[in-house]
Amino acid sequence: MNDIYDGLLSAFWLVVTLDADLLEISLRSLQVSLTALVIASAIALPLGTLLAIRRFRYRRLTISLLNALMGLPPVVVGLLVYILLSRSGPLGVLGLLFTPTAMIIAQVIIITPLIASITHQAMRELWAEYHDLLISLNTSGWQRIRTLIWDGRRNLLTASLAGFGRAIGEVGAIMIVGGNIDNATRVLTTAIALETGKGDFALALALGFVLIALAIGINVAIHWLSRTEREGRW
Amino acid sequence: MVSSILPLTLTDVAVRRRGKTLLGPVDLSLEATGLTIIIGPNGSGKTTLLRAMHGVERLSTGAVRWSVPDEQAQHRQAYVFQTPIMLRRSVADNLRYPLQLLRLPRAEIGARVADWLARIGLEERASLQATRLSGGEKQRLAIARALIRRPDVLFLDEPCANLDGASTRAIEALLQAALDEKTRIIMTTHDLGQARRLASDAIFMLHGVVHEAGSAARFFGAPCTEELEAFFRGDIIA
Amino acid sequence: MIHRILALATAVTLGTAVLAEEMKLAVTTSFENSGLADVLLPAIKEDLGLDVQLLVVGTGQALRLGQAGDVDAILVHSRTAEEAFVAEGYGTHRREIMYNDFVFIGPAGDPAGIAVAGSAAEALQRISAAEPAFVSRGDESGTHKKERALWAEAGLSPETFGAWYREVGAGMGASLNTAAGLDAYILADRASWLNFGNPAGLALLYSGAPALFNQYAFLAVNPERHSHVRHDLAVQLEGWLTSRRAADLINGYTINGETLFIFNAGPE
Repeated sequence: MNDIYDGLLSAFWLVVTLDADLLEISLRSLQVSLTALVIASAIALPLGTLLAIRRFRYRRLTISLLNALMGLPPVVVGLLVYILLSRSGPLGVLGLLFTPTAMIIAQVIIITPLIASITHQAMRELWAEYHDLLISLNTSGWQRIRTLIWDGRRNLLTASLAGFGRAIGEVGAIMIVGGNIDNATRVLTTAIALETGKGDFALALALGFVLIALAIGINVAIHWLSRTEREGRW
Repeated sequence: MVSSILPLTLTDVAVRRRGKTLLGPVDLSLEATGLTIIIGPNGSGKTTLLRAMHGVERLSTGAVRWSVPDEQAQHRQAYVFQTPIMLRRSVADNLRYPLQLLRLPRAEIGARVADWLARIGLEERASLQATRLSGGEKQRLAIARALIRRPDVLFLDEPCANLDGASTRAIEALLQAALDEKTRIIMTTHDLGQARRLASDAIFMLHGVVHEAGSAARFFGAPCTEELEAFFRGDIIA
Repeated sequence: MIHRILALATAVTLGTAVLAEEMKLAVTTSFENSGLADVLLPAIKEDLGLDVQLLVVGTGQALRLGQAGDVDAILVHSRTAEEAFVAEGYGTHRREIMYNDFVFIGPAGDPAGIAVAGSAAEALQRISAAEPAFVSRGDESGTHKKERALWAEAGLSPETFGAWYREVGAGMGASLNTAAGLDAYILADRASWLNFGNPAGLALLYSGAPALFNQYAFLAVNPERHSHVRHDLAVQLEGWLTSRRAADLINGYTINGETLFIFNAGPE
């Protein structure tokens, strides 16, 4: 209990004094995870929607694959990306290992299946509801996708936020491909792992609280910004 | 208006699913004006016939032909489903949607939407989420959304099922107004009173085929078949 | 406010990128946990204008990073492995920099009685006789290799031990946390122990035997193997690490008044 109290207290002081290191790693956490989120959403939202409305040959296989990938352990993703990006690996010439870019790549791989899968679920329901009307109105494939994405945007937001939550809280993969280098690739989660390793539980907890606050803050902010209709349906 | 897409001709139309015949074979021709009512017991193929005419049901055999190529015909008909499908948008945006698909000029869309909001008496609720409307309001909105494109033909599947008298009257007024504007209407109903009030001609479906058809006066005044007579009496027809 | 923060962040990132050269150095957890890096890195930045990015891993992984060419140099403490690394051509040469020592940590009550042991080997023999909980790094790190060498010296082999011997496969800090939780014995480097913030019921029980000395060496990755490595920077860094200035900083570094490292780099 004492540790938690100390953690809260240190978190409070770190935040009110705008601790420079804290600011830097928090911004890096946000930068890496938000970039990964944007890229993953750009892939996953149309993909999930397409899977909901299009019947094609390997559709079932694609969906099962997506669901399986959703449970992929981040450490394995990290290891694979590490081997690919290592100087002795196939993409070594790019020199991306131990950079924020490598961390973004790993996170995109981790969260894309998650976002696509949730999108697919939500869009399947909406498509069942809209199917007859959109067919009757003679809509083109592209018009259907746009209609579903627009009217299902709240569900898609939830899907994206789930992806963001997983990205910003992830440590296994980015530890391997980022290397937790001070001033270069250290983010909140890897810093927490480091401080725990040093036995400095108060600081680790403080960083943990900052991480939680950040995740909640982003969620609330996005929901608030997206509340376009007067009467909320939530 | 350009030449009508009618008459509509169905030749040897049948719909079979998993070895069961839902419809057909049906041979039928519908002329350019009036309101056709389709009646019949549950499971007699009314809805399937309506969907087949509209072209949203995959046919097992036969063909549905309009007087113009299918592509054109599809754009000039509208369909109102038994359970109104509300887009998860505002009432006004629901009306706007079919016009946006046609890429009409903004000003024209605005004018038509305002006109239809007034006609269905939902001006005050224009910005309300459509899914929050009452059943009667939803059905009125669905009909307005179908008519806003000024279709030649309007299909309705049980438009007044589960509605109270006031809502039914409002919807019948909308349909009457559409008829006055020369819209061809084809609808199914369970309500024999409504069938008598609106029909210019009628079709009686039984076991997936057209059992009897004719002009309203003859159809309701002097049914030719025992089954239709029994149906009017309210008997259960097996 | 947001703009100011972003501007500041951009300035910091761009600033370091433009002004300083960067190189990657893989170091062991025990080195990082000692806190010495926080003293040396700013001085290196000041003297050489060089940003040394530390990858903190076990010795095993550090050597792998060097072999793959993912870092420019490594600073580790496992002589046999280092010599093999150079012999296989992955490193140009091995340069000793400094040493510290390993210590035996255990429950303050010392149920195995190792505090009075005459040698490191005897301490281990007493532990294996009493079979108290013992935490091993189990991660192929320098410390883990040292521990196994010590068991071998004592004529014992951990493979034959019972459940009291626990390989946790984790870094020094995490292993110390585990030992603290289990009230177990553990071999640690002195620096990590002194910097450890969660000692719980543990205490330093045995240290000082020559067998426990822990030599750190610097190895630059061979540019003939990996042409992209910054060998020039690695050479600069080696020069600095073996300089008078480094010697003063290393010898002068203390925790709670205790000296941790002894500089012992010879002239080339």
